[in-house]
Amino acid sequence: MFRDIGGLVLLFWRTLQALPLAFRHRRKVLEQFYEVGLGSLLMVCILSFFIGGVLALEIGPVMVERGLANYLGGIVGLGLCRELAPVLMAVLIAGRIGSAMAAEIGSMAVYQEIDALRTMNINPIHYLVLPRIIAIAVGLPMLLIFADLVGWMGGALVCSTNQQVAVGMQSFLSNLRSTVEIQDVFHGLIKTFVFALIIGTVSCHQGLATIGGPRGIGRTVTKAVVNSIVLILILDYFLTHLLVQIEK
Amino acid sequence: MSAPTNHESVRVEVRGLRKSFADHEVLRGVSFTVERGEIFVLMGPSGSGKSVLLKHIIGLEEPDAGELLLEGQGIHTEGLRDRYRMAMVFQSGALLNSLTVGENVGLYLREHRLRPEPDIRRIIAEKLDIVGLKGTEEKIPAELSGGMKKRVALARALVIEPQLILYDEPTSELDPLIAITIGQEILALRERTHATSIVVTHDRDLAFGIADRIAMIADGEILEIGRPEDLRRSQHPLVRKFLTADFKPKP
Repeated sequence: MFRDIGGLVLLFWRTLQALPLAFRHRRKVLEQFYEVGLGSLLMVCILSFFIGGVLALEIGPVMVERGLANYLGGIVGLGLCRELAPVLMAVLIAGRIGSAMAAEIGSMAVYQEIDALRTMNINPIHYLVLPRIIAIAVGLPMLLIFADLVGWMGGALVCSTNQQVAVGMQSFLSNLRSTVEIQDVFHGLIKTFVFALIIGTVSCHQGLATIGGPRGIGRTVTKAVVNSIVLILILDYFLTHLLVQIEK
Repeated sequence: MSAPTNHESVRVEVRGLRKSFADHEVLRGVSFTVERGEIFVLMGPSGSGKSVLLKHIIGLEEPDAGELLLEGQGIHTEGLRDRYRMAMVFQSGALLNSLTVGENVGLYLREHRLRPEPDIRRIIAEKLDIVGLKGTEEKIPAELSGGMKKRVALARALVIEPQLILYDEPTSELDPLIAITIGQEILALRERTHATSIVVTHDRDLAFGIADRIAMIADGEILEIGRPEDLRRSQHPLVRKFLTADFKPKP
């Protein structure tokens, strides 16, 4: 994976250079945006609802036991929007969208469609990579907002209905409102934006480098998903460290 | 990108081209020149390096050694592709499977914004008509046979009005009548546009039917270059074997 870092950086730089062409490729951006956004929305909502619920279920009884039940909304709210939702949504999108991107571009490489683009003097980075990276970089942070809201609702519902926790919904939400600030949501959004760039770049890079037949495409998809997740988890630590320093 | 307006054909020079994949040397110092407006056929058995050579000429591969010149300039020279229009018809067609036939054929014009939309639609219909696929604009490549895909690929190349057009096995997988139509279209395109054409094939009928000159290639080396009648008289044993082989077992 680390062998590919140079290629990844180069591809990302070339995509950045192509950004002024984004408006020209708006139709392709919208098609990709539909896939990333609407195509993933239901999955994101289901996943985040249960993550919020599990978080409340795990932390709730311990906090109630120590007389800290009033802080439960804040803890669940912060945990979700700053860490769990960004990372888990990125992992979900790496599996759902990153794999699809790598497979589609990989199959185009194997069946000479990318060669055909080059012979027509059409740059594959402008035609294939740019729309995908823009779509995922815009779409994933938007999905995160839904994930935060639905996850908080999941946490609130579990707290109010579970006998061991028994914190009212009003009390949970009121503590969440007083604890979670807009900068906490931005903290998650910044992380998600970086993760989206990683998923888009890694998946497109793997796709373009595909060789061989169907087995090559299979290897590409596996590498795209695994490399994206590994990079997301490693960068998550350093990004958190940096953002916490900035917030101080 | 602005539309290149030069309609003159181009001269191609290949000098001492060498290429290896891993330890296998595919091209071993290939040299030849294709004159402006010429139909030059590269003929040889499978695995002789013909398609790799074609990919070098269009700039899809970088040679290990040697030069490829288009009008005296290296094929990878910055901006060369903006000055000269080149097209390649791939053996498999290489159509974009996510696009319709019409979108495939009009891709070059739309991506480079060379014509207004009504003109592009008219040109697409016209080129599809030429290759005998009138009215197939809305079909997707998965609905087409191998031969039809190849004809769509030819229509896509015709749209570019190329000054240099490369054909990789243009008649493989086609029935004899369609193969003749494709051969006639290669000749007609040269008449219309004076484009320089390089055709890779192992179809002897096609080669002798359309070529101004033929180069016989085997094991990454050019064995013989000449007019079709010169090649028929060649005394090179491999060339003779390739040209005279038939289905009847030798006594």
